[in-house]
Amino acid sequence: METTDIGLWGVPLAMLGGAIRVSTPFIFVSLGEAITERSGRINLGLEGTLVFGAMSAYAVAVMTGSPWLGLLAAALAGLCFGLFHGWICKFPKVNDIAIGIALMLFGTGLAFFFGKPFIQPSAPDLPAIPFGAWSDIPQVQAALNVNVLFLIGAALAVFLWWAFRNTRVGLIVRVVGDSADAARAMGLNPNTVRLLATGVGGALAGIGGAYLSLYYPGSWTERISSGQGLMAVALVIFARWNPLGCFAAALLFGGAGALGPALQSVGVTQGYYLFYAAPYILTLIIMIATSSPSRTLAGAPGELSITK
Amino acid sequence: MADTVSSPDVRTILDARGYRAALEWIARRAEAFVIPLAALVVGMVLFSVFILAVGKSPVQLYETMWRGGFGSWFSIQNSLSRGAPLLLAALCVALPARLGLVVIGGEGAIVLGGVAAAAIGVALNGAPSFLVILLMGVGGAAAGGIWIGVVGALRHYRAVNETISSLLMAYIAIALMNHLVEWPLRDPASLNKPSTQPLADIYRIGNIPGMEVHWGLVVGILACVLSWLLIEKTRWGFAARIAGGNVRAAQVQGLAVGPLIVGFTALAGGFAGLAGMIEVAAVQGSANGSLAAGYGYTGILVAFLARHNPLAIIPVAILLGGIDASGGLIQRRMDLPDATVLVLQGMLFIVILFSETFYGRFKLFNPDLWQRST
Repeated sequence: METTDIGLWGVPLAMLGGAIRVSTPFIFVSLGEAITERSGRINLGLEGTLVFGAMSAYAVAVMTGSPWLGLLAAALAGLCFGLFHGWICKFPKVNDIAIGIALMLFGTGLAFFFGKPFIQPSAPDLPAIPFGAWSDIPQVQAALNVNVLFLIGAALAVFLWWAFRNTRVGLIVRVVGDSADAARAMGLNPNTVRLLATGVGGALAGIGGAYLSLYYPGSWTERISSGQGLMAVALVIFARWNPLGCFAAALLFGGAGALGPALQSVGVTQGYYLFYAAPYILTLIIMIATSSPSRTLAGAPGELSITK
Repeated sequence: MADTVSSPDVRTILDARGYRAALEWIARRAEAFVIPLAALVVGMVLFSVFILAVGKSPVQLYETMWRGGFGSWFSIQNSLSRGAPLLLAALCVALPARLGLVVIGGEGAIVLGGVAAAAIGVALNGAPSFLVILLMGVGGAAAGGIWIGVVGALRHYRAVNETISSLLMAYIAIALMNHLVEWPLRDPASLNKPSTQPLADIYRIGNIPGMEVHWGLVVGILACVLSWLLIEKTRWGFAARIAGGNVRAAQVQGLAVGPLIVGFTALAGGFAGLAGMIEVAAVQGSANGSLAAGYGYTGILVAFLARHNPLAIIPVAILLGGIDASGGLIQRRMDLPDATVLVLQGMLFIVILFSETFYGRFKLFNPDLWQRST
């Protein structure tokens, strides 16, 4: 007998495994967005970057046979999108939120345009580490099969948290995000810092996209992203621009996103579409609970248009 | 920018006051036409470069696009049909934008408006047709209006960012529609594509006499004209424009900003909901997954291209309807992916937003600066 029947325990277990699996793109996109927003810009276009990253990673992995080259391609593509956003937003009267919406459309369109020939072929997956090998229960093994990108994402969250507080670069990004005037007084060019911060943010979002197409769900389709790039923006606000908070929030979102498939796997056949909406509802509730009309959010970068 | 005024013979002509006034009148208004048109051209040139880069002929592409969108009476009617929902979807973006809000979740209001209309049409089967169609419209508009009105209320009373919340609400709305057409409202006869029960023929919206275009086009144009009147000619529109310029100033003036925001967003959502109702009553005949066809997202582009002016939305929506309509022909004739149209739309969108930076930069459009150059 291949599967051990563990009854309803399957739901929390599948959610744990799902939280780890589903959260990884959230971790990367939200960390990228956290860097961008800390510098005082908001990039709503990460959704498009994510989709384009997923496509380019898959295409390069199919052509070269190496998922890591695919990952690199996704990061480079994301970097280009980020730099473009950063460059175009430095012009006066150009709205960063609207440009983000346009880039969302453009990135998705470009990904669909070039991705058409790659819907059929299959690409090699990114490797996972079987932390559940000690158990005999297949569900436990499945849940604890952790992809290396998840571990890298976790390490990156800790590193960024440390770097924002303790490094010169971290300080520069925070100064530019809190007051462009103060930054100029220090001899910094806010536009250059924001350009680079948006570029790095885009690269991380591209990696998040590579995870989607190269590990979970693990194929390139035009429906690969369901708004993860956008939810990540909301998630950063919820996490108060703190990288460790981003990591925790990403796990929470991953768990919520795993609810629908988990229930389906134990035989719930009705109403699962509503559970698919769980991450969106959760995001909305969190945004309502944490926003306030009378005060600015604690920890918000002063230059951020979204909190003004 | 060199302007014509500096040349002496033009100046003598301008001594006649009437000419001068007429020229100033034109110059002041020209900016709003010239910059978007120039941006449109630049966007199309950039897209030509892209098409050249993938090894196809941009000339053939634009020719195919023209033929597929506007080349014959048949294709014009097709473009008008596709432009009809875009008119209403664009209003869902443009009206809140006049208040300074970026609402991009119109897709959710369209979808729910469609489901509400279909549910009403099925539930009231047997009642007089004009009554049912009217109630379907009211129900669809109410569903969309509540959905986007909530976004506005959250914005004003809880300071929840409207761009993100409206998009989240759109995802929730699509999940809700999938749930409703899959289970509670499902027609058991719809096997492969879960749908609500089909509307009786008498509850369908027909075509405008003499055309293969449904009445939704007329509804959309009317909605645009009424929205323009609302913004430009009423005190609510005036108040909205003040609040859009500076919320604090509006509050100091004693304007009720809260009700204004909720009212405008609800009206905007109502238009989107009406688009959903028309899609059900005129095109689909029932509510199903096809309602989430992306009109809400193309509507964002239409509204920004029209610079949130309801009258400008009319030609822009028809233009983009034509671009949409030509997608199939481009795919067949030129062996390009159907996403080609999306790439063009994305490029146009970016260039249009970028062109914002040029407003007020050209002396040509500002007669107050003419004198100094002489």
